[in-house]
Amino acid sequence: MEWKEAIPTRYAYGEELVVLGHELPNLVVLEADISKSTQTYRFAKAFPERFFQMGVAESNMMMVAAGLATTGKIPFASTYAVFGTMRACEQVRTFIAHTHLNVKIACSHGGVTPGNDGVTHQATEDLGIMRTIPRMTVIVPADYYATRKLVRAAAYYVGPVYLRFTRDPVPVIYSSEEEFVIGKGKLLRSGNDVSLIAIGDMVAIALETHELLAQQGIHAEVIDIHTLKPIDRDLIVQTARKTRRVVTLEDHQIHGGLGSAVAEVLGEECPTPMRRIGLRDTFAESGEYRLLLRKYGMDATAVVTAVMKLMEC
Amino acid sequence: MSVSQETIEHLERQARVIRRRIIHMIYAAQSGHPGGSLSATDIVTALYFHFMRVDPGNPQWPQRDRFILSKGHACPVWYAALAERGFFPIEELVTLRQINGRLQGHPDMEKTPGVDISTGSLGHGLSAGVGMALGLKMDGYDARVYVVLGDGELNEGEIWEAAMAAAKFQLDNLIAFVDYNNLQLDGWCSDVMPIEPLRDKWRAFNWETFEIDGHSMRQIVDTIEAAQHVRGRPSVIIAHTIKGKGVSFMENQCDWHGRAPNREEYEQAMAELKDAPAILGQSI
Repeated sequence: MEWKEAIPTRYAYGEELVVLGHELPNLVVLEADISKSTQTYRFAKAFPERFFQMGVAESNMMMVAAGLATTGKIPFASTYAVFGTMRACEQVRTFIAHTHLNVKIACSHGGVTPGNDGVTHQATEDLGIMRTIPRMTVIVPADYYATRKLVRAAAYYVGPVYLRFTRDPVPVIYSSEEEFVIGKGKLLRSGNDVSLIAIGDMVAIALETHELLAQQGIHAEVIDIHTLKPIDRDLIVQTARKTRRVVTLEDHQIHGGLGSAVAEVLGEECPTPMRRIGLRDTFAESGEYRLLLRKYGMDATAVVTAVMKLMEC
Repeated sequence: MSVSQETIEHLERQARVIRRRIIHMIYAAQSGHPGGSLSATDIVTALYFHFMRVDPGNPQWPQRDRFILSKGHACPVWYAALAERGFFPIEELVTLRQINGRLQGHPDMEKTPGVDISTGSLGHGLSAGVGMALGLKMDGYDARVYVVLGDGELNEGEIWEAAMAAAKFQLDNLIAFVDYNNLQLDGWCSDVMPIEPLRDKWRAFNWETFEIDGHSMRQIVDTIEAAQHVRGRPSVIIAHTIKGKGVSFMENQCDWHGRAPNREEYEQAMAELKDAPAILGQSI
């Protein structure tokens, strides 16, 4: 399947921050020395007095963001996902989530999208960690336009939000007119045979899979769960009731993230045979993003195989 | 301009009241941290009863001075000060650490009126203070942020990340205290993890530094005044204190870091603190 355009979602984050900066005088941005990478340099240029360069010190950055939030600011704290959710995990859990402070933890380099950088920079457990924290909202936009809209939604939502972006370009699947509501998944394709429930960069893989399956006469339903928490239970149960087969796709460990979240919903409300696509309790390695997806069983071909196994059930 | 001797003596009396409240609430809860609460009492008293611009009727007043108890386990001293200042009824102090109560084992900003930010796990308060100080400056308020740090907590790396950041942003509205009682949970600071030369460390991080007897109300008050006049950099007041100060058998005993007195110990402690003014007699 050929995509017309591919853009890293972190670009959309950086661009939308500047737009929001004009609208929200209380919006501030904190950065941990990777502003060119996270794209917060755009905000720094436009609003230097509201940009705080905190250096390579993520734990301190999260708590400074918490302190700023207590004075009525809307802090966006940016770093790589692996640092924002793990190095500063306790700060986020106890002093941003427990306190319900209005801090947005906006992180680039989600999943294996930092391909060549290797495991130190690939966040493949972040969603599971953030999802278990009470009061936290977890959002992973699928493409450039979804990111523009969901960053905007997060800025206007009052409370802690974790946002995860890609380093590498990912296909543009939405138009600029598409609207997004936090907590409401999107039905992208209708089908009766199997449901492909995907998040983030894996939504494009789900759409690629949809096309491959169609060639074999299998009609897959494709759903974009951009908000992992609170998850759209109604949509998940509805599609499972319809197709009776569910495959989840996430650029993350199969433990703790989307696959687990969907299994939890279905286990309680509509037990359904499932397959989970993602890293299978293993770390990845350095390598080009698309090649990593192939090697670790996360590309469309691998999803087709999983669907075929599920069809036999 | 130095404050009057009368003011100092008033604050000393208030500190004794707070020490009694601390012992009483920890005895009632049969749980809590008396040692570090008693060592920080004189500092907290000076702040809440002389310096801080706060409004108990409007705890969220945006222009108020902020207080952060980074060593959150010492919250009995904070709760006592807040109750004495009228943020909530003094009778509520005995609900410390009890289920459905507002006085959590460690400070909770959503539950307790007057608590500006939650704390409890160590090493985070100074960073939060940096954020508050930045926010207050952005708003053009002349409010100050006071942070009380423990000495053991200086083992945490984040403290020094915050120290760098506070100096970078020239936060002269931020005043930190080190409650230097020299005891942490497992023993003497110098054995567990030496922090000396402590004043040199803060100097090296470009802070204005002061070193005082943390139980001399005169020194505390005069030094806070001096720190308020510092421009272009944050200040730290290294306050030499005694863990368990005011109760003979608790002083300098790390065993009293986190345990409650039994009835006999409670009575002895209250007897030792009984030169506190009569106003206490009724409710505790």
